[in-house]
Amino acid sequence: MSARFPAAFFRSRAFDFAVFAALFLALWQVAHEWGGEVAMTAPLDTLVFSAKTLASAEFWPHAYATLRAFLIALVLASTAGVLAGAALGFHRLSGEVSEPILVGVYSIPKVTLYPIILLFFGIGIEAKVAFGALHGVIPIILFTMNAVRNIKPVYIKTARVMRLGPWPLFRHVLLPATLPEVFTGLRVGFALTLIGTLLSEMFGSRSGIGFQLMNAIGLHNMDIIMSLTFLLVAFAGTANAAMLALDHRLHRRV
Amino acid sequence: MKLATKLRIVVLVAAVAAVELLCRAGIIKAFTMIPPSEMALSLWRLVAAGKAHNDMLRTLSAVGVALFASIVAGAAAGTAIHSLPRVRRTLDPLLAAYYSVPVFVFYPMFIVIFGLNDRPKIVIGFLYAVAAMIINTLNGLDRVAPVLRKTARVFRMGPAATTFKVVLPCAAPYLFTGVKLAVAYSFIGVVGSEFILSTGGLGYQIGFAYHDFNNRTMYALILFILAVTLIANMSLHAWEKVLLARRGLL
Repeated sequence: MSARFPAAFFRSRAFDFAVFAALFLALWQVAHEWGGEVAMTAPLDTLVFSAKTLASAEFWPHAYATLRAFLIALVLASTAGVLAGAALGFHRLSGEVSEPILVGVYSIPKVTLYPIILLFFGIGIEAKVAFGALHGVIPIILFTMNAVRNIKPVYIKTARVMRLGPWPLFRHVLLPATLPEVFTGLRVGFALTLIGTLLSEMFGSRSGIGFQLMNAIGLHNMDIIMSLTFLLVAFAGTANAAMLALDHRLHRRV
Repeated sequence: MKLATKLRIVVLVAAVAAVELLCRAGIIKAFTMIPPSEMALSLWRLVAAGKAHNDMLRTLSAVGVALFASIVAGAAAGTAIHSLPRVRRTLDPLLAAYYSVPVFVFYPMFIVIFGLNDRPKIVIGFLYAVAAMIINTLNGLDRVAPVLRKTARVFRMGPAATTFKVVLPCAAPYLFTGVKLAVAYSFIGVVGSEFILSTGGLGYQIGFAYHDFNNRTMYALILFILAVTLIANMSLHAWEKVLLARRGLL
């Protein structure tokens, strides 16, 4: 045995992770045995039912509704966030004035504001987009602002010495200098926008995965609750892992 | 006072005044939003009449339980994970991904497990807050310089003395960040859960007032939650400044 599995294997990350995953699955199974079918479906059943959900006809229109609202919200939050963040980063005084306000707004529970959004936009995709974008935009502003503020002045001076025009200055100096931080902001914004979109669907909407989840609670359908939860966690986790890997690469390059 | 602080006050006052004017002028209709002055008045009446006391108490106590549990459990788990490098190596990427998963999707499951009472929302508030506390405890413990631990050993300090006289003061700024985030997150968890499905509490009453087209009550309660969270955050911030100033870091 020891010849095929050298000691290094038992000290590797992969081994640790496998042990962790096994423990997690075991706990899940135990919780299922203890709580019964009413409380939680078993890991294997959840996986099987998730596959069935993916193959079912009624899942995709809802998934499409959620994805559409989420993507529009993400585009709005990213565009507005990066532009506002850059403006506040370059103009120091405005940045100094608005930063505590933004941090204050970031720390309030935005769920409380959802009824106001509904009153302004009505139940529908507009409210979902507005609520999703509201969640995502502030971290993007804050990260972009910090990225722009932390550009080393010597870079800009060097660019001026080399008589760079506005476009080459942006393309070869400003963009590479700020990209890692801005991307971190976008990653955080991605996660928060998704949360905002789903939350708005759970509280008041007629379509989307959040709406499907709420319906399933009403019907007490544990299979649907567990499989939708599983699929959402898998989606968010995978997207985040990919963005985190890219994030680390961008930060290493600097 | 600094120029930026003065300007900030001007901006905030101007923003509230602008909303007030838009509402008074009828550009924002009364069934969409009531003027800020009327929100405050309505909240005052609500508190004076004692109509919302039960719900305020219910929400605030749920937040309190979730907050306390998440701070204690987060600090304890953070300390434990910090002392086990292999466990930490495995958990670090998971902690980084934690806030990308909308914790509210577990709420339906908790309702089924615990029943429709205050427990599921406390669990959601706890789950939201605890990871922030763990992450910041780990960050704080990372910043304790090895030389300080060695010095403590030279002075023959026991584990308790080392923790309270060396480790905690060093990690304090990070623990504070964790606590501030935990306050915000436990509020989000509890109020959000009450919105989605519950039998009482401020989130529930806001939802109820919304469906009842009762804008006065709705805006008054929203104002109350915003005021409580902002006051909590600002007092923590002020306390943090006092602590930092005492150590000559400000």
